[in-house]
Amino acid sequence: MTAYRRIGRALLRTALQAIPTILVIIVLDFFLLQLAPGDAADVMAGEAGAATEETLAALRSRFGLDLPVLHRLFDYLNNLAHFSLGFSPRYNMPVAELIGQRLPGTLILMLVALVISVVLGLALGSVMAVFAGKLPDRAISVVALLFYSIPGFWIGLMLIVLFSVKLGWLPSGGSGTIGSSLTGLPALLDQLRYMILPATSLALFYVAIYARLTRAAMLEVKSQDYVRTAAAKGLSPFAITTRHILRNALLPVTTMAGMHLGGMLGGAVVVETVYSWPGLGRLAFEAVMGRDFTVLLGILLLSSLVVIAANAVVDLLHAWLDPRIGVR
Amino acid sequence: MSNPDTAERVHVVLNPALAFDRSPPKPEAPDEKRWSNVHAPDAMRATTASAESGRTSAHRALRIFLQNPNAMTGLIFLVLVIGAALLAPWIYPDDPLSMVARPFIWPGTNPAYPLGTDSLGRDVLSGILHGARISLLVGIVATGIGLAVGLIIGSTAGYFGGWIDDVLVKVIEIVQTLPSFILLVVIVAIAQPSVAIITGAIGIVSWPTVARLVRSEFRAIREKDYVVAARSLGYGHVRIIVREILPNALPPIIVTSSVMVATAILMESALSFMGLGDPNLVSWGSMIGDGRELLRTAWYLTAIPGFAIVFTVLALNLIGDGLNDALNPRFTDER
Repeated sequence: MTAYRRIGRALLRTALQAIPTILVIIVLDFFLLQLAPGDAADVMAGEAGAATEETLAALRSRFGLDLPVLHRLFDYLNNLAHFSLGFSPRYNMPVAELIGQRLPGTLILMLVALVISVVLGLALGSVMAVFAGKLPDRAISVVALLFYSIPGFWIGLMLIVLFSVKLGWLPSGGSGTIGSSLTGLPALLDQLRYMILPATSLALFYVAIYARLTRAAMLEVKSQDYVRTAAAKGLSPFAITTRHILRNALLPVTTMAGMHLGGMLGGAVVVETVYSWPGLGRLAFEAVMGRDFTVLLGILLLSSLVVIAANAVVDLLHAWLDPRIGVR
Repeated sequence: MSNPDTAERVHVVLNPALAFDRSPPKPEAPDEKRWSNVHAPDAMRATTASAESGRTSAHRALRIFLQNPNAMTGLIFLVLVIGAALLAPWIYPDDPLSMVARPFIWPGTNPAYPLGTDSLGRDVLSGILHGARISLLVGIVATGIGLAVGLIIGSTAGYFGGWIDDVLVKVIEIVQTLPSFILLVVIVAIAQPSVAIITGAIGIVSWPTVARLVRSEFRAIREKDYVVAARSLGYGHVRIIVREILPNALPPIIVTSSVMVATAILMESALSFMGLGDPNLVSWGSMIGDGRELLRTAWYLTAIPGFAIVFTVLALNLIGDGLNDALNPRFTDER
């Protein structure tokens, strides 16, 4: 019971500390976007082909684009205080609804990529650490370095060439078979087929990081006294590696995995472009290009929240992995 | 993208072994004891070596670096890329964006165009060589900007501590909370794509990593006896920061900077791929972006510039690893 209360209090404190950070981020983002030449009305008029001065003025006044900057900032903050992210002139719908449509796709993609990279990274890193200095270690470290050097969008395109164009095994884009009436398990498998290539492209870079990190952390833990004690009391090498070494080596890996969630969202922009995956990253890019700043502000705000939440989860995870750290 | 946390952890652990010229041998002794579980014989040797003089320590690092086959491979790769960048205007004096031949010549079919031509009949090899100029230029200058900003902010925060540190750490946190690539896309899209803007923007999004690293190094070093001694001699803050602390904080910064160049090249290529590159210049990323539309019929247009990126970035990462091994004596016996 007390443990739950401690966790609750820790989460509450994180949330309270996050408020000023988030506020500063919103204001900074807001002024950064004000520097942009042109606004949503310009782009919409440009796409429509022609527009008179009057139509532009009407568009601007309808979406409040003609108000003074500070007035708009105040309006935006006021909206946020009422849990509204504002209204998108371009998509003609509330930003929250728009983001709600796109968020699940990106979250699933990021989670699958994160799971792939952590599992694969831990496995490769463990092998490297166990065989440190020997052939498997050298071979995997070269592969890891290669993964680390390959741009995600390029490996994505190459995977499309191999698996979609040449072999025809996997679809080259989209997030599900259009017009399919599958339900239950077949529908899930169908989605999974569309997810394999994008998630792999996104994950490879992080596989390399986690493999190298796991190797370094495990080698460091290996020389600790408690590992020698475990060996002395007759535990099998496998038990020592998994229960004593790997568990402690997980700490730095989880820290980095939490930090990478934000970076993955950036990588998602590119990977979603390659696979025409209907996600948040793609929406962000479209919003920048369409000067739809309400949408962009919403996405930036949300991604900052995701990063802060991820850090809080990592703190809790650390307390569980290593009880000495404790939930503060 | 690079991993500040591990770098920090590893280097703080290794500081005693890394101590350079200005450290008197005696005060280092208590630090050695803390790491009695470190079994690397090199580390012990390094500590005694560094006590003699900084020059031998730097020489030793250089020797280890030059004996590392991975690092040498990386160095050779990088020299090739730099050579290509320097020679591009001599080999292909014409604009790489101009049409020179029939479109869609496959690589290896026409000796005049060894890597073929693209959908507009532009020479791919000429594009690759000229693209090396942009990639290296952006990578190096952006890293320079990131390093400069990161060094100033990180050293100020780490050296002065107190409320200055609190404020600057908060600033770093805020910048790091924003996903850097999205921030990059926003800045470049707002300011109109040009090489100068792209370079500056990559520098701006990459400084927090350096700042965090420099800050933790400075915090570790500022309590050392030789810094206290310098302070008691009445040296100014700037002199202590630049002459006393900075030289001893350099090794991890050098390692980070090679990885930063690699990351900057990757960022630039991703931006150009998205269509946010400088429209008047050919870059590897924009070549991939153009080739993408023809992926089904002419996939070589996508593959070749990608190999150029991987080649360059791999070279820089190999060098970074080699530098890390050379400047971190503890890991040398494990490799």
